[in-house]
Amino acid sequence: MEADETSTVAADSAKQSQMLPTIEAGLADDSARTSGLLVQMTGITKRFGAFTANDSINLGVERGQIHALLGENGAGKSTLMKILNGLLRPDEGEIVWDGETVQFESPQDAAKLGISMVFQHFSLFENLSVLENIAAALPGSIRKNGFNLRRLSKRIEEVGEAYGLALSPARPVNSLSAGERQRIEIIRALLRDPKLLVLDEPTSVLTPQEADALFVTLEQLAQKGCGLLYISHKLDEVRRLCSKATILRGGKLVGECDPRSEDVRSLAAMMVGTHVPEVRSQALHKIGDVRLEVEALTLPAPDMHAKSLNHIMLTVHGGEVLGIAGIAGNGQSELFAALSGEILAPQARTILIDTMPVGHIDIESRRALGAAFIPEQRLGHGAVPNMALSDNLVLSRHGTDRLDRYGMVNFRRARRLSDEVVSKFDVRISGKNPLASSLSGGNLQKFVVGREILARPGVLVVDQPTWGVDAGAAVAIRQALINLAAQGAAVLVISQDLDELFSISDRIAVLHEGSLSAALPTGQVTRETIGLMMAGSEVDDAA
Amino acid sequence: MDMTQAVLLTIITAATPLLLAAIGELIVERAGVLNLGLEGMMATGAACGFAAATVSGSTGLGVIVAMLSAMLLASLFAFVTLTLGANQVASGLALTIVGLGLSGLIGAGFVGTSRTAVPGLSMEGLSDLPGFGKVIFGQDPFVYAAWALTLLSIVFLRWTRAGLVLRSVGENQASAHAIGLPVLKIRYWAVLFGGACAGLAGAYLSLVYTPFWSPGMTAGRGWIALALVVFASWFPFRLLLGALLFGGATVLQLHAQAASLGLPSQLLSALPYLATLLALVLMSLGRRGGSAAPGSLGQSFVPDR
Ligand SMILES: Nc1ncnc2c1ncn2[C@@H]1O[C@H](COP(=O)(O)OP(=O)(O)O)[C@@H](O)[C@H]1O
Ligand SMILES: [Mg+2]
Repeated sequence: MEADETSTVAADSAKQSQMLPTIEAGLADDSARTSGLLVQMTGITKRFGAFTANDSINLGVERGQIHALLGENGAGKSTLMKILNGLLRPDEGEIVWDGETVQFESPQDAAKLGISMVFQHFSLFENLSVLENIAAALPGSIRKNGFNLRRLSKRIEEVGEAYGLALSPARPVNSLSAGERQRIEIIRALLRDPKLLVLDEPTSVLTPQEADALFVTLEQLAQKGCGLLYISHKLDEVRRLCSKATILRGGKLVGECDPRSEDVRSLAAMMVGTHVPEVRSQALHKIGDVRLEVEALTLPAPDMHAKSLNHIMLTVHGGEVLGIAGIAGNGQSELFAALSGEILAPQARTILIDTMPVGHIDIESRRALGAAFIPEQRLGHGAVPNMALSDNLVLSRHGTDRLDRYGMVNFRRARRLSDEVVSKFDVRISGKNPLASSLSGGNLQKFVVGREILARPGVLVVDQPTWGVDAGAAVAIRQALINLAAQGAAVLVISQDLDELFSISDRIAVLHEGSLSAALPTGQVTRETIGLMMAGSEVDDAA
Repeated sequence: MDMTQAVLLTIITAATPLLLAAIGELIVERAGVLNLGLEGMMATGAACGFAAATVSGSTGLGVIVAMLSAMLLASLFAFVTLTLGANQVASGLALTIVGLGLSGLIGAGFVGTSRTAVPGLSMEGLSDLPGFGKVIFGQDPFVYAAWALTLLSIVFLRWTRAGLVLRSVGENQASAHAIGLPVLKIRYWAVLFGGACAGLAGAYLSLVYTPFWSPGMTAGRGWIALALVVFASWFPFRLLLGALLFGGATVLQLHAQAASLGLPSQLLSALPYLATLLALVLMSLGRRGGSAAPGSLGQSFVPDR
């Protein structure tokens, strides 16, 4: 029975390796072993000051297992994975790798054993090219074959194509969207021949197609005996992919289960401890005047790697949420930059806020007119990692909330406003007024969204409001966007998450290759139609 | 020997110590470390090199001692800033003061002593070629070392894995650490290399350029080398151009002062700085994204665990 299974697995993987460029699972030395316990973490405790992020947690991963780690934002998942990767030292507990107790002094030690990690907040080099980012991370074993950048570059293209994670190796990372950055992280981790691959929310910025392709790859890796730890808030994915799940809540282990035998609701309930609410659409509210209008906006690509925008037309009325769907890299970043004023439009009249032409004025002046903007990248763009929350609040609201007078900042008021964001948006923080970088991803997102919404903008433009945010927090953020619209604001949401757009938008338009389709009322389109438009096919009734 | 060749020779000699020191600092900064102690390391290298060469009578030994002494200072800097995580700017300034003081102390017994300069190469036939024979084939070994270092650093940074790793560490220390690159180890090596180059530059000053010892003979060249790295936007080839330009302007300025053109001498003395600044600013404006300023430059790296 046992032997039978292994032989079919071997045959399977042989078949696959004919079709696809192989990714070795780093098991050449003991290729016979595709099962058995790979790593066991026991009694792991990690404290940050008085705050316990991990409280004696046990977690074991077997060879060939895809193991899900579930939990709300701030449950301590990333912390646990950083411990496994040697980035953080546990205060208590031990890690047994392949039968031997190990202690990691640095990520190098973990890398030597074959532990590879896809980080939630990217660990990329902004000013290096995709190729260089990947080459820098490859271990010594690959160096033996010579440091051949041209060969590696070809390999990246091959692997990217085979696994649906297309990348052009020569592009500098700073020109890439979050989705494209995610692809680099994944390909980099795959090329490192991992024995244990940790993926911290890898699909939060991938399109469904990209995610599907990734799952195939992950399953192949597992078949070859690689252990996988998989963190995601998308419970459907987890049920499809994983054979075991460990659930954390508030830093504690609350349960283990086989996700295939649970349904999404029961998994969510275990994570949150209570029932997950759904977005309530606001009772019929009035659609008012046009508050944000884009009139034939054409923008050349700001740099050679960016997309140009072609003749974008859109209107958002007060009281309305307009959703913009599209696959990453079709001009979303450029559209956001043009709307926010990070890139100025060629003519002032192409962008109007409350009928005022604003195409030529900067972001601060647009804010003064009652607009607010939430960019896609929360760390580095939406917030400065090494500044306290209240200082981060000053950065975007100093003008609109009269936080500075005669060049002096009113820190007390800033602190009060930031505490208001924290309490109204249920931002979980450790300590008072901590650095933005110490918040878990979803909590920082809640803070950034809350900061802008509490400025009570008349026009809000937001790019990917809920990527990497747990179900509960995502609902809270979406609800806040709807409520803002119900109070008469015009809300424009750029997102790759169709479920999100369908649950909050009044109308949906699709951005493809820098062109925007006409906006269709949400009630009158299906997901399939939007999906086809995202993939670039002309839809007749779109006009 | 004709006039152009003579001028070219003086330009190259003026540029060489700058280039040597600056190439070392460029590698250090590309690894993300800002070592402002260049002047001090150069001065100590010059003094130790001169002392060792005079006492032993061997120029080669002098050069080696110069490099080792500057590396010793560099390792002190590395320990304080890398292992102990001290502020790099403050430590670098302190290193300058220590190095200058040390050079005075070591050189005290040698003030006024002079040696014969290291001779240039003379290759049968080639060095005497008319035109540029002497410029290309008749320089002293330091000049060739400086050229070779420039070339090697271009190849190293652009084409080797080690160079890529070094750049990654300088670009984003947290990411480099997270993917398992030994940040501190790489920075140690870079700082030591920078020290060796500064020592070599010092040795050039006291053994070739002005082959006698006088206190303070580095005359601010360490600072100029530091500035060159920034103006060259961390690219070795631009550094070479910058150093030659600076050397050229220095020589021109001397000639202009000698010819007494009626311009204030202060203005003429400022000329090399102005010319270099202008040229390098124009150069970096010309190209898009034309700077390789390392993202983690000057930041201490103390991973929180
Ligand atoms: N370096 C740090 N200093 C202080 N608190 C931290 C630090 N890193 C994480 N935390 C806190 O630990 C908790 C768990 O964070 P994390 O592991 O990132 O959660 P998640 O499960 O969302 O990945 C959060 O409340 C976060 O604020
Ligand atoms: Mg996390």
